Amino acid sequence: MEHNVSERQHMPTLDAMQRRSNWSEVAIGYTAEMAKLEASRCLECKNKPCVGGCPVGIDIPSFIGRIKAGDIDGAGEIIKETNFLPAICGRVCPQEVQCEQYCIRGIKGEPVAIGHLERFVADHMSEPVSTESQKKSGKKIAVIGSGPAGLTCAGTLAKLGHEVTVFEALHSSGGVLVYGIPEFRLPKAIVAKEIDELKKLGVSIELNSVIGRVKLVEELFSEGYSAVFVATGAGLPTFMNIDGEEAVGVYSANEYLTRVNLMKAYDSSYATPIIEGDTVAVVGGGNVAMDAARCAKRLGAATVYIIYRRSEEEMPARLEEVIHAKEEGIIFKTLCNPTKILQDDSGKVVGVECVNMRLGEADESGRRSPIVIDASEHQIDTDIVIMAIGTSPNPLISATTPELQVNRRSCIIADEETFRTTMEGVWAGGDAVTGSATVILAMGAGRTAAYDIDKYLSERSE
Amino acid sequence: MFRIEAKKMLNNATVQLKIAAAQIAVKVKPGQFIMLKIDQKGERIPLTVADYDRVNGTIDVIVQMVGYSTIQLASLEVGDYILDVIGPLGVPTELDGYSKVMVIGGGVGCAIAYPQAKYLYNTGVDVSVIAGFRTKDLVILEDEMKAVSKELFITTDDGTYMEKGFVTTKLEALIQAGVQYDLVIAIGPVVMMKAVAAVTKQYDIKTIVSLNPIMIDGTGMCGGCRVIVGGKVKFACVDGPDFDAHEVDFDILMRRNAAYRGQEQIDYEHACRIFSTNEVTI
Repeated sequence: MEHNVSERQHMPTLDAMQRRSNWSEVAIGYTAEMAKLEASRCLECKNKPCVGGCPVGIDIPSFIGRIKAGDIDGAGEIIKETNFLPAICGRVCPQEVQCEQYCIRGIKGEPVAIGHLERFVADHMSEPVSTESQKKSGKKIAVIGSGPAGLTCAGTLAKLGHEVTVFEALHSSGGVLVYGIPEFRLPKAIVAKEIDELKKLGVSIELNSVIGRVKLVEELFSEGYSAVFVATGAGLPTFMNIDGEEAVGVYSANEYLTRVNLMKAYDSSYATPIIEGDTVAVVGGGNVAMDAARCAKRLGAATVYIIYRRSEEEMPARLEEVIHAKEEGIIFKTLCNPTKILQDDSGKVVGVECVNMRLGEADESGRRSPIVIDASEHQIDTDIVIMAIGTSPNPLISATTPELQVNRRSCIIADEETFRTTMEGVWAGGDAVTGSATVILAMGAGRTAAYDIDKYLSERSE
Repeated sequence: MFRIEAKKMLNNATVQLKIAAAQIAVKVKPGQFIMLKIDQKGERIPLTVADYDRVNGTIDVIVQMVGYSTIQLASLEVGDYILDVIGPLGVPTELDGYSKVMVIGGGVGCAIAYPQAKYLYNTGVDVSVIAGFRTKDLVILEDEMKAVSKELFITTDDGTYMEKGFVTTKLEALIQAGVQYDLVIAIGPVVMMKAVAAVTKQYDIKTIVSLNPIMIDGTGMCGGCRVIVGGKVKFACVDGPDFDAHEVDFDILMRRNAAYRGQEQIDYEHACRIFSTNEVTI
């Protein structure tokens, strides 16, 4: 069959009708043949515009070149030079607004599917042999949080020869990768495998360590750590502050997803309960809202709504997630905003009162701001309401570490170039600094901070 | 892995476990809690630390068998291990600066009231305790509470042991007799804490309650434990578990705590079968 190189190899997916009742990964992954065909579309531009769009600076044309040559392990080695978590990034990075946005092929057609290729390499490369760094600095570094920022910082520092301990608050490592992103989008076995590889680099992980309670940041220094990287994410859920939000059946997306993903409430052999409604309304338009809605469908809800106050065009979710959600039968109610949660006498949710919205002028975020349409009140009947309207950084560490300054949005203040905070010896990065953003931006911060920590430590020991 | 060092049945529905957890034992203060997950498939359950031994590195929890996980926990024996124990969590109770304090425990809430009374007693505060139970068979920690209070009053709803009546009956009688408290601490069923708050509000006595909403992570991440205090949303896991009793919306807390009751009942019967425990009325 003649292959037209201008045509992108589309990611094969499970049938929507089947997958919406199981938890298998929706995107199946390229076959070797598809990967080779897709790789052949790469023009291997000399100036590598795609690399500039990658927050961790993967040498994209080089790894794609190795795929062309059939050398998957070689491709993997190139990726792993700058990215410890390629199987994760290949699945959850918004490549369309990063590397792929700069792909020359994208000017007159579709860009090379860099993310799909990254995932293919990560899934098919052989297990690396133990790669613990030979040089030892003798310096101990504490990383707080085992999400994308923390893991990347830890891996980078371990490779530079430092002794790294990651303190994780939950009983399982991975942060948002395990409690937030569902199995059907990011299988937990894949997260575990990439974390195991970090352990082989010499990173140790202490679970159940809620820094700020179990131990304070300053205690880490007295325990002999020379530097601390705070990567505690944006774990504090936001509510709308409307009437009835305390009703039984109103979940934050964090709670709902934690029950489902971390505590496996969908598997009857696990003890954690979840309220299963016939109708579920998810408020919000981001990836988290899509995840919650698709989980609700898989838990058996007959009707699942996404309620979003702007139009579909302004939705912050990735297009791919919106398409998948629609294929699975999620009903989108856009330009619609809840004003009140309705409950029965026992305090259980029975519906949401909403108003319709129209779009006005662009606000400071550049998106057109929604305006209430008069006399448009209406009721949507539902058993469950899930608030997926954003999160802010958890204040546990900043509240117990007076030297660590935060801004108005309770984000830790850190230098944009070095990620140094206002406290000597403490760096911070990822969502704890930016507020909720993407996995790959957090990883970029973790990597940059690691190099600055290394520089700081070597300067101090001179 | 955390080893169970000792186990004692306090009544047919309540068990006391001593768990080896040295790091928690050296840090924990009265009012703080732990999250515990028995095994890989277990749920995360919050339990207030009932006692601690900093030298031997153990903590005690007192658990009422009310659902699947608590029955499973009660089925463990000395030498068995618990997979995850996380803590200490929550803000310690503010116990300094008082001279005459009434500590009130209701049912298994006495397990939480006890360390508070003990701390106050050991710091030289004049402490009295009222411990209320439904009936004689459910009385727990009598000797322990007696040892850490100037006077201990026990009430039973049905009058089968000591004074008949509710804790509030006793409290009101004492206040009316002229006893003046700077602080009342009330820990027990929500309905009891609500009743105590109503009494002390009349007499304008500062009152602290320890709330027990449903929790998952215990780190401020999920908002499942949100309670309304003074009209504002608070997360019991990180802002509490102690709150000013006169500001708490107890009715909402009661409704939220009933969220999984149907499912819990099924799980409870299921657990009784697997862990071969006789069903008990509590």
